[in-house]
Amino acid sequence: MRQVALALASGLLFGAGLAVSGMADPARVRAFLDLFGAWDPTLAFVMAGAMVPMAIAWLIQQRMTKPVACNAFDLPGTRLIDGKLLAGAALFGIGWGIGGLCPGPALADLLIAPFEAGIFVVAMLAGMTIHRITT
Amino acid sequence: MTLPGFPDAMPVAGFLGGLMIGLAAAIMLLGFGRIAGVSGMLARATAIATAGAPRALAIAFVVGLPLGAMLVTLVYGGVETRFGAGILQLIGAGLLVGLGTRLGSGCTSGHGVCGLSRLSPRSIVATFTFMASGFATVGVMRLGGWL
Repeated sequence: MRQVALALASGLLFGAGLAVSGMADPARVRAFLDLFGAWDPTLAFVMAGAMVPMAIAWLIQQRMTKPVACNAFDLPGTRLIDGKLLAGAALFGIGWGIGGLCPGPALADLLIAPFEAGIFVVAMLAGMTIHRITT
Repeated sequence: MTLPGFPDAMPVAGFLGGLMIGLAAAIMLLGFGRIAGVSGMLARATAIATAGAPRALAIAFVVGLPLGAMLVTLVYGGVETRFGAGILQLIGAGLLVGLGTRLGSGCTSGHGVCGLSRLSPRSIVATFTFMASGFATVGVMRLGGWL
């Protein structure tokens, strides 16, 4: 129960951060990608802000033997840079550009703009399912 | 506060919101020893992914996202969400984002926020790739007259 509450708190803070930073607005996200239009650098400030707590967290993590609320760290160990990584990231970038939405903001917008965000999220789940059944 | 030359930019609000996102990811990392990757958490919450975080954790995290954004909307009296994309565009974009993030093992949060701050070479390459792909896509849309 305590674990679920902490995970919910993390999600709440993440979603709130997306809304505060303007990243819940697909037009603003796409404007960051729009080098030939009215470029909006806000997304770079969001990334810079997010790096601060996370850089500190990684330093702390190195000195911990186990996480606070469970028994072991479960972090990606692979260092493989392969075709799947590149192709996946490239496809994701195309979708990101077309819609101005990545997974976090799409979910964050589900209650604010249920129609558009809902369509996107259902399609995104379909895309994830296509990956699942083809691999 | 505005940025000279970029009247629409929100540098301070962006940075503050970024701090909140980073703190949320730090809670996941130090609390549960996990990457706060939204695509991975969503796949796990919906059982599309069979391995990963315990489902209850993934569901709680995923449910928190719209609730957190909704809270800010209530406090601010509204948050801008300009979609400007038609239904077919949203469907196509969603399919590509879903497929791409699973194939590439992450999105802006997992590879971007968590991976870059860890200086993970894999995440640096992934982030550079989806950024370049996003710039190219919107560039084509802009120059092609679709925007």
